[in-house]
Amino acid sequence: MATSERLVITATINGDERTFLADSRDSLLEALRERLDLKGVKEGCNNGNCGACAVILDGRLVNSCCVMAAEIEGSRVETVEGLAGPEALHPLQQCFLEGAALQCGICTPGFLMSSKALLAENPAPTDEEVRFWLAGNLCRCTGYDKIIEAVQAAAEQMRAQK
Amino acid sequence: MQALRYARATSIDEAMRMLQEGGETARVLAGGTDVIVQARERRRVIGLFVDIKHIPEVMALEYDPQRGLRIGSAVPLYRVYGDANVQRVYPALRAAAHVIGGKAIQGRASLGGNLSNASPAADSIPTMMASEAVAEIAGPNGRRDVRVNEFCTGPGRNVLQPGEFVVTLRFPQPAPHTGQAWERFIPRNEMDIAVVNAACALTLSGDTVTAARIAIGAVAPTAIMVPAAAEALVGRRLTDDTIAAAGAAAKDAAIPIEDMRGTVRQRKHLADVLVQRVVRAAAEKARGN
Amino acid sequence: MVATPQKPAYKVIGTRPVRPDGVDKVTGRAAYGADVVLEGMLFGSVLRSPHAHARIKRIDTSKALALPGVKAIITNADFPAQESGTLDLGEGSANPKWLVDNVLAGDKVLYHGHAVAAVAAVDWHTAEEALGLIDVEYELLPFVINVREAMLDAAPILHHDLRTNVRARNVDTPKDRETNVAMHMRVEKGDLAAGFAEADIVIEREFTTSQFHQGYIEPQNGTAHWNHDGQITVWTSTQGAFSVRDQVATLLNQPVARIKVVPMEIGGGFGGKIPVYLEPVAALLSKKTGHPLKMWMSREAVFQATGPTSATWNRVKIGAKRDGTLVAADVSLCFAAGAYPGSAVGAGVLCALAPYAIPNQRIDGFDVVTNTPKTAAYRAPGAPAAEYAVEATVDEIARALDMDPLDLRLKNAPEEGDTNSSGAPWPRIGAKAVITAIKESAHYNSEIQGDNVGRGIALGFWFNGGMESSSSVAVNPDGSVSLILGSTDIGGTRASLAMQLAEALGVPYEAIKPQVVDTDSIGYTAVTGGSRTTFAGGWVAYDLGQEIRKRLTERAARIWGVDISTVTYHDDAMITGTDKDGKEQRFTFEEICRRLPSTGGHIAVSAMSRRNTAGPAYAGHIADVKVDRETGKVTVLRYTAVQDVGTAIHPSYVEGQIQGGAAQGIGMALQEEYWYDDQGHLRNGSFLDYRMPVANDLQPIEVILVEVPNPGHPFGVRGVGEVPIVPPQAAIRNALRDAIGVNFYHTPVTPTRILDELLPRA
Repeated sequence: MATSERLVITATINGDERTFLADSRDSLLEALRERLDLKGVKEGCNNGNCGACAVILDGRLVNSCCVMAAEIEGSRVETVEGLAGPEALHPLQQCFLEGAALQCGICTPGFLMSSKALLAENPAPTDEEVRFWLAGNLCRCTGYDKIIEAVQAAAEQMRAQK
Repeated sequence: MQALRYARATSIDEAMRMLQEGGETARVLAGGTDVIVQARERRRVIGLFVDIKHIPEVMALEYDPQRGLRIGSAVPLYRVYGDANVQRVYPALRAAAHVIGGKAIQGRASLGGNLSNASPAADSIPTMMASEAVAEIAGPNGRRDVRVNEFCTGPGRNVLQPGEFVVTLRFPQPAPHTGQAWERFIPRNEMDIAVVNAACALTLSGDTVTAARIAIGAVAPTAIMVPAAAEALVGRRLTDDTIAAAGAAAKDAAIPIEDMRGTVRQRKHLADVLVQRVVRAAAEKARGN
Repeated sequence: MVATPQKPAYKVIGTRPVRPDGVDKVTGRAAYGADVVLEGMLFGSVLRSPHAHARIKRIDTSKALALPGVKAIITNADFPAQESGTLDLGEGSANPKWLVDNVLAGDKVLYHGHAVAAVAAVDWHTAEEALGLIDVEYELLPFVINVREAMLDAAPILHHDLRTNVRARNVDTPKDRETNVAMHMRVEKGDLAAGFAEADIVIEREFTTSQFHQGYIEPQNGTAHWNHDGQITVWTSTQGAFSVRDQVATLLNQPVARIKVVPMEIGGGFGGKIPVYLEPVAALLSKKTGHPLKMWMSREAVFQATGPTSATWNRVKIGAKRDGTLVAADVSLCFAAGAYPGSAVGAGVLCALAPYAIPNQRIDGFDVVTNTPKTAAYRAPGAPAAEYAVEATVDEIARALDMDPLDLRLKNAPEEGDTNSSGAPWPRIGAKAVITAIKESAHYNSEIQGDNVGRGIALGFWFNGGMESSSSVAVNPDGSVSLILGSTDIGGTRASLAMQLAEALGVPYEAIKPQVVDTDSIGYTAVTGGSRTTFAGGWVAYDLGQEIRKRLTERAARIWGVDISTVTYHDDAMITGTDKDGKEQRFTFEEICRRLPSTGGHIAVSAMSRRNTAGPAYAGHIADVKVDRETGKVTVLRYTAVQDVGTAIHPSYVEGQIQGGAAQGIGMALQEEYWYDDQGHLRNGSFLDYRMPVANDLQPIEVILVEVPNPGHPFGVRGVGEVPIVPPQAAIRNALRDAIGVNFYHTPVTPTRILDELLPRA
């Protein structure tokens, strides 16, 4: 039978260099949740089809369930826990909150990270572009409308801040 | 997740050595969007992942109007569809790469992975076949080239021998007045497996087709070329009748199964519809090139 | 958009404040069931059946137990034996014998994915690896998936001791032989034969619907610690902490005093997170190992083994006069319950004809077991399939009579005093108000243009629930008010209940601090389900508000040395009166709160409410669709949901409920369904192939709120959450008829089914 290994992994997590022990079987999702206690990263399907575990890896949006923990050695990972500043929430967080863009909230971290990646690439998307970009994030509560509106509201705020 | 180890290769040679040491349960890890899920769900026995993403060659994307396009096998899709030359010269490839999975999948998934996974419904394979792409394979016995249309041998099966992996995909420069198009049918508008997909590369001289390559997916154990569809067009003027003949040829060539994603009748019909659509779209582009 | 303006001048109700749990949910800090971490915690995993129906001949766990890190393995035999009986789940009930056999299979597995054994191990990798080492010997049995086939005499029998519970008079349904038909019920009124004799036209149609899943994004989870003193604590994401407590107590044969359930944040439920699956298993594994233990389901397990809806087979026969008056209806509903009896057919029966006042009617319901997962409640359970069949038939009647489908519905809509199917009079209801609002809507009055484009409408009805809710309130010296809730918050009820308490007290929303607590910390509270929480919890908040007003008034009277009758608590929370010296006095809310500690102590009160005055909900949806005739693909061009919401406490959350429910209904109408292969295996147990709508599948869902206040609630609240899932299947089906001239009799109407109709027959 095949075996697994204990690995010591060093990576930059939400701006801080962290070293942790992992199993070579761990996905990035498992490492973030169980080894680093970043429980804001959510497991919805564990096969890349819901986006609840979406994080930004070296600047790109990925599903952390489809990344091996061992792969992030030397990489930068951003999760929902790193979004807010000490003084204020990120505009996306504030707009989701004020725009009732969440109900149960389980998909919210993934939507926030996915939206952040979208606005980094396209600061002024159309509604269709937002819907297309967010198609990899499932939400079962809202029917998406208030999420699209919140992303657009945040995009507008972020454009104004620049 | 089944018990397995992870190794990171920084050169082709190192990767081959690792694959050899890992034996038959060693697998290349590129974007991982298929193979990690297969390992977790125990659909493949995997004892070792050899991560090739730190090998410069498999992460390179180069275009030259003389030599055509080279895309490293692990280049993530967002780089493929985001590349200006791909968008301009290989629009069908761009179209497929842009809608495989969602954005979080496209941050990782690669053409090499999509090809090596050998799904009959893989969205990039028909367009690679129509564009005459060639897979450059590295292995214990050196390099070899395999045309993409000869790469897959069955669902999840391909020509790779133990220790071999795809390094680069080569796309020749299209001839002048060539257009390429790709389409798929999915019930949702994203995040879905193709019920049928189709690609066409078509070269025109005036209104007459001088060359055509048509490939369809999800209608046979592997994506298939449909030479009869091409023959229905080559040497003829593009009319509703010739286009319909190409569609009919695709419908005849399709030997689909019935499963949760579609019925035989639906798939054969869609092969016809989509081939007609990609022929028209490719012709449109050819006229502009 | 809010269509009905005449409303009391509320200060808090009708505003859109942010939710108390919001910041935690946008920062990732909100703790859901799978986020629980306990000292010394083990991990559990469940082995599931690869077969649709099989006898378990032998389970050998020795190899798995020998794997280093494996701590314990349990099977059904580890649970106390259960007698048949009835256990109330809140939205439905269960037989404990069937419930325990569903949690871990007894002598047979009854569906693909049925839990067979559970492992405790030091980590999740080891637990999962151990599953592969458990050796189960099965004897395969014939199986039946389809409800219609399951009702045949020759069908494979799931439960040899099952007999039909006949709750109908004058029927010849056999009661004394082996069957898969667990129940036959009938509701009737008027004279059916006379009614049909009066009719100028009679249309009879047959419909089927596929199985749908709630599709909550958070998989089921359960964490438990069976302490050495016998106290059991369960942490879980559930719609009803008390329901979990009672189910776990029954299955473990423990007094409820020994069990505390801590409700964690819940990542969606829609009815599916009422039955227990993992919680009792985690508790038993904890007992066996002496450690707390956490489990969560894979997505595939969620699809295979947690409550989908019933697949259904329904017949509708309706008679109408030439002027459009509906005079008679005969409806038969057959619902697949899954592996154990208990589908939502009863609710389907009572809802089927509720959008109409039809004098002569009969509705039969059959509850049928099949080799599929045990069904669970799903948003207006039973109503979507039943009302879809009726709404489609009514549409055909309108066409046959050449009447506007909306006029036909308006002509037959019930109003206060008309009787429902069981003969009871309707209270004030918004059926006509909803239809009128559709008629006046911009959408309905817009033109639709183009080939293969069509418009459909459909109505929906749901009873809404009342049931028990408890809350406690503590008034703090700084003028804030702690609101302790027993209802788990699935879609914003901390906010909607805090708003109602704020309104009752006349204080700002921000003064209320709501919190959901465990079962040891509050009185009994039924599940968050049945669209009941904002209604019933609102009643409690109102009652508590009145009690606090009274106590604060008493306190002011005591401070001023006067009789309470001379002191007034105003709706802006100002307390005024004249003190014993004849001097005018006043306290703001904050001022009197500050005086509490020194004038007799703090104020804390608790209340419980059990009122049966929940106002029924009516909805009407308009769908515009376009069909690609070459591929069978349907695009929803425009969609509007109109609903009587009583009083919209938080309009954004009400809209969110309606948009979310409509989106689920659109999924049912067009793209979602369970797909079994010829071995009875569920083949699409993933978010990839169970096609819930993604963001770009949908266009904005326009919402029109109609407010017909519920006279049975102090703020006019009606439940809003469930009814929006009812109309979409028929609205879209009727739109497809308009677009391409084809009547469909099955949902979902997938591209495959559309092409089947449009392509020439081979």
